[in-house]
Amino acid sequence: MSDFNPRLSLGPIPYYWPLEQVDAFYAMVAASPVDIVYLGETVCSKRNLVRYEDWLAIAARLREAGKEVVLSTLALLEAESELKRLRAICGQPDYLVEANDMGAVQLLRGRPFVVGHSINIYNDRTLALLAADGCTRWVLPVELTRETLADMQQRRPEGIETEVFAYGRLPLAYSARCFTARARHLGKDDCRDACVDYPDGLVVDTQDDNRFLALNGIQTQSARTMNLLPDFADLRELRVDVMRISPQSEHMDEVIDVFEQVRSGAMEPAASAELLKPLMPTGPCNGYWHGAAGMDALNAA
Amino acid sequence: MELVCPAGNLPSLKAAVDNGADAVYTGFRDDTNARHFAGLNFTPKKLAEGIRYAKSKGKRVFIALNTYPRPDGFERWQRAVDQAADLDVDALICADIGVLDYAARHQPTLNLHLSVQGSATNYEALRFYHEHFGIKRAVLPRVLSMAQVQHVIEHSPVELEVFGFGSLCVMVEGRCILSSYATGQSPNTFGACSPASHVEWIETDHGLDTRLGGVLIQRHPKGENVGYPTLCKGTYKAGGNTYHAIEDPTSLNTMELLPALVEAGVSALKIEGRQRSPVYVQQVTRVWREALDAYTRDPAGFAPRPEWTAELAKVSEGAQTTLGPYSRPWQ
Repeated sequence: MSDFNPRLSLGPIPYYWPLEQVDAFYAMVAASPVDIVYLGETVCSKRNLVRYEDWLAIAARLREAGKEVVLSTLALLEAESELKRLRAICGQPDYLVEANDMGAVQLLRGRPFVVGHSINIYNDRTLALLAADGCTRWVLPVELTRETLADMQQRRPEGIETEVFAYGRLPLAYSARCFTARARHLGKDDCRDACVDYPDGLVVDTQDDNRFLALNGIQTQSARTMNLLPDFADLRELRVDVMRISPQSEHMDEVIDVFEQVRSGAMEPAASAELLKPLMPTGPCNGYWHGAAGMDALNAA
Repeated sequence: MELVCPAGNLPSLKAAVDNGADAVYTGFRDDTNARHFAGLNFTPKKLAEGIRYAKSKGKRVFIALNTYPRPDGFERWQRAVDQAADLDVDALICADIGVLDYAARHQPTLNLHLSVQGSATNYEALRFYHEHFGIKRAVLPRVLSMAQVQHVIEHSPVELEVFGFGSLCVMVEGRCILSSYATGQSPNTFGACSPASHVEWIETDHGLDTRLGGVLIQRHPKGENVGYPTLCKGTYKAGGNTYHAIEDPTSLNTMELLPALVEAGVSALKIEGRQRSPVYVQQVTRVWREALDAYTRDPAGFAPRPEWTAELAKVSEGAQTTLGPYSRPWQ
């Protein structure tokens, strides 16, 4: 038990960053202690500053640096062009693929794949069926609690790895509508790459100035950053195989460093809370983990 | 095209049947369905009575079992599947893969429909549910444009049902947890969005504030009509503007698309609103029955009549309607 330690993963970049920024980001990641890197566009198929070929080039560099590379797929599939891209990703032989929609699961059946947090695995019967189809790792849906994870861990099929979204602005919803374009009085079909201007999303405040949500194109995120690192002892005790960090545009290297220090035992989990707080765009939350409202910041968060 | 109408109780079920619904969808009185509200829905006994009534008039009844059980509650969903089979319902509308798997293996004679909460927006996803569970129909999330609906139908292994009228979910159903972010309870886990138990109405010097889970959703000046504080219809500040950042308080109304929906091969048209009153069910069902009949009599000459539009506007949220995602500019 004591020698068990979760690995660290870096989720796909949820935002729209230009190629130079993405390249610089993954150059930093290549030299970081992160074990697994998820790559690719998962939010909007109109984002094309980083092309599929660019992602494959980044994947090759990260693999060379010793990282496990997983190609992530779009969460909301509407157009045939999106299915075409999906088939290319699911059909390539070089990397494991993360399915973020059941359409991707259908294309990946029969070979190993990861199931991302936008697919609803809320019980062990669901997990068992997907495992029989080839799922080798699943990510806990972000609204589920520590108690539910404990139940799932007791019942998970042999050989299945569990990953938990441990740090980042929470993915809360997907829509046909682009809210970033709407904020600029533009339609989705004429969005003029509005998302590029918001490298961590566009914050939505309530009328009494509570930083509440972050608009990220067709995705809505929490303004607050979910942080489970102070609950590291739980994650370890529950034998969570992988802790996921979701990218943000600033301080990512520092965040990864704090995770690594806690994982390696160099830092007490509780001590990480105060260190991470100033690195977040808005501030922390961890309510989901404790069975409360997701936006709540309880205990050591 | 089948007209599928909502019923939150027996009077609504009868109102739907009497006013021209081809099928009625219902739910049990607990968190196994996505309209888990106090005083709403059916005990198995009441549902048996409703099913007898509908069948005596040649109409079909569906049961929605479309929330996502966690391991500790799974038996309740199993029991609901078995009860639905005992009641001999015409279809069970499910979202969760585990529930679908249980139903397909243990009650193989039940017709299974994939709920809108199952979030299947493309035909590859539909193939998954068809190949694994033999679903007969799927309800499409409210995210596809008219052209995309048609494309999915052309490649789908199962018949498709779409939303025609009612409150508009702006987000992909089954993948929206805005509600639990503010309250701890979501459609997936609890069967309710923006639950009433977490709503506060607070009088201020300026009028009335509505809050959900403590979050300010709407600030109403004195005298303004006060709507229910649904998270995605609130007024917020973003990029220097104060506006409905996600969506206005509005309802979906696809009446003018009716010919396009029929020609695209849509099998069934769904009316939202199991939480609404029997009067709502009666009015909306009657209007849509008239519209569908008018279309059948004279497809080329079909146009929404002003009195239908007026009637539907009366029962719409904010008295406004929209084509929603079916129309590209809305997106």
